[in-house]
Amino acid sequence: MMQLAMPAEPLLNVDNLVVEYGLGNKTVHAVSGVSLQVARGETLGLVGESGCGKSTLGRAVLQLRRAKSGRVLFDGEDLTAMEGEALRKMRRRVQLIFQDPIASLNPRRRIGDIVAEPLIIAGVKDAAERKRRVHEVLSAVGLDPDIVAGRLPHEFSGGQCQRICIARSLVLNPEFIVCDEPVSALDVSIRAQILNLLEEMKTRFGLTLLFIAHDLAVVKAVSDRVAVMYLGRLCEVGPSEQLFAKPAHPYTDLLLQAIPVPDPDVRPVESVATGEPPSPIAPPSGCRFRTRCPRADQRCSAEIPELREVAPGQFAACHHPLA
Amino acid sequence: MSAPLLTIEDVAVELPTPRGNLRAVDHVDLSLEAGRTLGIVGESGCGKTMLSRAVLQLLPKKAKLTGRVMFDGQDLVRLDSERLRSLRGRDLAVVFQDPMTSLNPVLTIGTQLMETIQEHLELDAPAARKRSIELLAAVGIPAPEQRLTQYPHQCSGGMRQRIAIAIALSCEPKLLIADEPTTALDVTIQAQILDLLAREQRRRHMAMIIITHDLGVVAGRADEVAVMYAGRVVERAPTQELFKRMHMPYTEALLAAIPKLDTAPHTPLPAISGRPPDPTRPLKGCSFAPRCRYAAGRCHEAKPELKGAEMPDHLYACFHPIQMTEGIGA
Ligand SMILES: Nc1ncnc2c1ncn2[C@@H]1O[C@H](COP(=O)(O)OP(=O)(O)OP(=O)(O)O)[C@@H](O)[C@H]1O
Ligand SMILES: Nc1ncnc2c1ncn2[C@@H]1O[C@H](COP(=O)(O)OP(=O)(O)OP(=O)(O)O)[C@@H](O)[C@H]1O
Ligand code: SF4
Ligand code: SF4
Ligand SMILES: [Mg+2]
Ligand SMILES: [Mg+2]
Repeated sequence: MMQLAMPAEPLLNVDNLVVEYGLGNKTVHAVSGVSLQVARGETLGLVGESGCGKSTLGRAVLQLRRAKSGRVLFDGEDLTAMEGEALRKMRRRVQLIFQDPIASLNPRRRIGDIVAEPLIIAGVKDAAERKRRVHEVLSAVGLDPDIVAGRLPHEFSGGQCQRICIARSLVLNPEFIVCDEPVSALDVSIRAQILNLLEEMKTRFGLTLLFIAHDLAVVKAVSDRVAVMYLGRLCEVGPSEQLFAKPAHPYTDLLLQAIPVPDPDVRPVESVATGEPPSPIAPPSGCRFRTRCPRADQRCSAEIPELREVAPGQFAACHHPLA
Repeated sequence: MSAPLLTIEDVAVELPTPRGNLRAVDHVDLSLEAGRTLGIVGESGCGKTMLSRAVLQLLPKKAKLTGRVMFDGQDLVRLDSERLRSLRGRDLAVVFQDPMTSLNPVLTIGTQLMETIQEHLELDAPAARKRSIELLAAVGIPAPEQRLTQYPHQCSGGMRQRIAIAIALSCEPKLLIADEPTTALDVTIQAQILDLLAREQRRRHMAMIIITHDLGVVAGRADEVAVMYAGRVVERAPTQELFKRMHMPYTEALLAAIPKLDTAPHTPLPAISGRPPDPTRPLKGCSFAPRCRYAAGRCHEAKPELKGAEMPDHLYACFHPIQMTEGIGA
């Protein structure tokens, strides 16, 4: 088998991460032993259905939610072991963009102040320097700083608010950004504008991205590699083109088949009646996808499938991967 | 061709707002026959929901509606509220994006189904209960008997939408309006719900309007598609024809802007610049003109009418239609 085409030291290395929530006297197994790497300058797409743990994973990477176990190595340093000042320093290098751009902007503050806020928190005292940075990032995202800086969020559309959020996330010159469904709430036409903008910013500022979405076509448009998640576990990860052309995991295959194609000559395949994902409070034993998997057998309920390389750079966690 | 079940004639909806009158629907004509599916697509705020609410006569109180909505031989706009109520839920049913809009959180699923059935059909309680179970089974709910005693919050989003569909179908409607029925659902659940709607429609020979912002959803499922922009229908054609020969620059741009699975990563998307016009400030010319790359001369001065040229059933509202012979160009 070939070596993984990955530099010795990835910028982000998530190792066997476990994140849980308490719910009354029950436990939500939101992320159950996920490992993944993101190389410097790369975009890793993360897809999966609602509730599979994408946001939880993203937040745990940024230490906004502490993991129960496992490690998050950023540029070689373990974030899960960091606290206080060290963690604050590290946080300047990593940023987060949310799904709901309007809700993530304080309605009573002016755009200029919103974008400058991370600079103030980071202790940039020179007001002229702050203003210069704010102007720079607002221009970079296609907004005219002189016009927008003095205005309030409600004067802007969803697409413009997302531009402002992106500007705010760039103001500290981060190396790594977690984009949590940044275009899901936007219209098709605006969505394309924002995806193009993210791509442009990535090249211009040399960013590394973890791009979370539930829309496979959106993810493919921006990602070098894609990771597919199901009920707290990773099913499959591999180079985007390869993964979409030859999915090895039955769940990736199901997701791909379910996408409506904007072409009337492509008849929608009659959906397999595979039901719905089970609760993460009591996930199935063995392979968590087995209750919906057409290939499931005895072994699938007894034994947790490990990620194995099925093609160069492509890994699947399945006992019976598709050929 | 049989007589249409539904004819929307010159329907306009205006809403008073602090910023002035907002024209949500701007003189729309549409028609639909029994057993057929019409897809209505367009961006957020283009008037899809207001149009469907005009058909259902469920507009906000302050809304001003003009035009005619002929359904099964009667004008709904002029029907008294008593008659309307008995039509809605019986011959005329609706499924919303958020199933909780049509479900009552404090009543069990069984009570809600049976109430609807008994309000419109003359069935006693045991018969209504039996029918409820059949309906839940038909929409793919496992163990339907047990579901009857549960409340909506005990079900997942996909289950709730199935239940809302079961209620909508319970009295054998002639027309079902589904307003973004799957937008809030995951893609695998979306496929199941769309299949369910298509199957029930075929079985019941029902007419259906699917409202969505996703051209992908209508491509495989609608017989005819109407594209809306800024309150108007700007292009309308049988689905195959529309996707083969789009004439309206907006339709073309909308399709091109969608990320496609067969495109290589990092390919820049042909985005539409700008955004739709403010509906309280109607433009003099074509409302797409500020964003249209073909806009010239007349486009800024006059409103193009919706009309057909070489194909009588392919209508478009554009002074400089694009003529394509195969699929999308640009
Ligand atoms: N604060 C919380 N307390 C308890 N459970 C939670 C909490 N936040 C998330 N969960 C649960 O953890 C699981 C993973 O949630 P998460 O938000 O990470 O999923 P997601 O993949 O981001 O979903 P979506 O696509 O809907 O955003 C879900 O079952 C969710 O209900
Ligand atoms: N209750 C209301 N009062 C005033 N204006 C309204 C009201 N509801 C909707 N509008 C406006 O009417 C126009 C049409 O809205 P409508 O809800 O029909 O759009 P839509 O196409 O269904 O959009 P979406 O895809 O977001 O559901 C929009 O400009 C909207 O802001
Ligand atoms: S391990 Fe078994 S149940 Fe899981 S995806 Fe593979 S075949 Fe299906
Ligand atoms: S009428 Fe003019 S502006 Fe409007 S869509 Fe056609 S070419 Fe574009
Ligand atoms: Mg999330
Ligand atoms: Mg709507």
